[in-house]
Amino acid sequence: MLQTARPKKKSQPKAPAHEKYLEAFRWMLLTRTFEEKLASMYRGGRITGGVYIGKGQEAVSVACGIFLQKGDIFAPLIRDQAGRSAFGEPLVDVARTYLGSRAGPMRGRDGNIHRGKPRDGQLAMISHLGAMVSVVVGSLMAKRGRGERNFIGLTTIGEGGMQTGATHEGMNIAAVEHAPLVVVATNNHYAYSTPNDREFACANLVDRARGYGFEGYELDGTDLAQCLDVIGSAVKRARAGRPPQLVVASILRLAGHGEHDDFSYVTDDIRKEPFAIDCLQRAEAFIKERELADAETLQRWREQAAEEVENAFSAAQSEPVPSGDDEDWSAISRRDLVDEIGEGGSS
Amino acid sequence: MSITYLEAIREAQAKLLRDDKRVFIYGQDVGGSFGGAFKATKGLAKEFPGRVLNAPISEDAMVGTAIGAALEGMRPIVEMQFADFSSIALNQILNNAGTHYWRTNIPVPITVRLPSGGTKGSGPFHSQSMESLYAHYPGLIVMTPATVEDAYTMLIDAVAIDDPVVYCEHKYLYYHLKADGLPNDGMPVGRARIVRTGRDLTIVSYSAMLHESLSAAEQIAKEGFEIEVIDLRTVKPLDTATVLASVARTGRLLAVGESFPWGGVTAEVIARVATEGFHLLDAAPARVNAKDTPIPYHPNLWSTHRPSAKLIATKARQLLRE
Repeated sequence: MLQTARPKKKSQPKAPAHEKYLEAFRWMLLTRTFEEKLASMYRGGRITGGVYIGKGQEAVSVACGIFLQKGDIFAPLIRDQAGRSAFGEPLVDVARTYLGSRAGPMRGRDGNIHRGKPRDGQLAMISHLGAMVSVVVGSLMAKRGRGERNFIGLTTIGEGGMQTGATHEGMNIAAVEHAPLVVVATNNHYAYSTPNDREFACANLVDRARGYGFEGYELDGTDLAQCLDVIGSAVKRARAGRPPQLVVASILRLAGHGEHDDFSYVTDDIRKEPFAIDCLQRAEAFIKERELADAETLQRWREQAAEEVENAFSAAQSEPVPSGDDEDWSAISRRDLVDEIGEGGSS
Repeated sequence: MSITYLEAIREAQAKLLRDDKRVFIYGQDVGGSFGGAFKATKGLAKEFPGRVLNAPISEDAMVGTAIGAALEGMRPIVEMQFADFSSIALNQILNNAGTHYWRTNIPVPITVRLPSGGTKGSGPFHSQSMESLYAHYPGLIVMTPATVEDAYTMLIDAVAIDDPVVYCEHKYLYYHLKADGLPNDGMPVGRARIVRTGRDLTIVSYSAMLHESLSAAEQIAKEGFEIEVIDLRTVKPLDTATVLASVARTGRLLAVGESFPWGGVTAEVIARVATEGFHLLDAAPARVNAKDTPIPYHPNLWSTHRPSAKLIATKARQLLRE
């Protein structure tokens, strides 16, 4: 029987091993440090296009990446730097993509958060929300067809993206195909500027799990321990052959949709909600309270994160950027089948 | 032995499933004992267990699933029940599959089969020809086979190509066209075929319009004019060289297509000839398309909406007089 389980109100999730917690915290710290640098560069006019950060979502995101193994498929979205890093994306590739380096995975052809290395199980998202859900399902079907074992797929979505037809089709087909899939949906309370009450009218998004044939769980996305516990458990269940898993996390996006957005539409009232707590600050307070790391260690981690960020940007900045004249303007791999429409795309 | 266009498509899929373990077919009603709305997969689910799979009515997710499988090394064939419904999957085809190689350097070898074109009584939502739309976007190869032999070899080619292929099979030809047998090899992908030679006018056509164009050429031959008829075979890539070479011989061009007129394959053919071979033309080029309205239901309306041999012949006569 499929269950839509919710944690009882007063129950405390079991804290995961301290080592995992600290590892996750360090990915979160690295992400926050990196994205602060990104935002600063954007404001200084040093990044073209947009910058999209995951401030406030790092705990949910890191939990999405940290339990994945080689052979798994991860299709992250725009606020998933922590999860991408935890799953193995080198920080320099992020800097390369934002700066358009030829050495980056997208080689200047796509930018910012539209990046991935599909051969390493890191799918490259497109902007159309929900489109990656069924893509992950297809990859999982192929792996199963090849006789691979013990693999899962994890994809992320927001409460905004949950309202698209593609998400609906993707989740339904995941259940029909019995795909070992985890969908982590983060309700950050705004689709760009549109609040929840103009996004959906159901009582609770996790109730949709049962409708799709998923198992559903909720969590407080400001609490790293809960993120690791609930998402880690969902990953285990998917790996064990349970039905697809839906985890719905609640947070407040602590930045604009992108750095161009001052998020002035976020009301004072909502900023006082429990889900508006900064997950990174909360995790650090937890570490101090439990004495999992001392002040000196925390300071050292901060310094190491800053150094890693500087190194990533410094390396990417020294690399060549693409040139329109030298580009291989072919959208297909079969060069003999390229349509010769004429130089510059016009006859 | 006589084999239809539809049977050729089925036979091509049977061969692909037999020869290549990476191939599977995904689509509505393709599996079980049903074998697809048009029976293009009849018997295949039984012959190839677990590789011909019914999908929910989720065109977007069908193509998304195929993309994911292709990235893991598979060669999926997605059957749209009707080309018209592929509009639901446009995002996956155009924005996901079509951009993937460019963005990541990794191609997406999916084949999307579109039962295309009009048949009597099918109306606005079961008759569309969408090749112009798909050809407009980068990253896709668009095939429009017009013969039984091409239906067979081009589908095999489509699956072998590492890039996404939109394979437009014409429903009107499913049962109307027959061949004595199936070839082992076809012409290279992307090469147009001169189906009928002539000296007075070039008609460029593809898919079901090839046959209407040939019929028009036959009528006009009785009046003393020899019309050259070209079958594009693939509309993307478009074999401009063959078209230009033909126009160089005839000096006149008529482009014929069944899709809607605004900015389609026929417009592209004329644009290329006008820009690259203007000096070859003895008369202004012309084209024949379906009308710029939704496709009508009643046969009287449908047969007027769709380009016919009669209309093509009328247009050709006008061109020959200029």
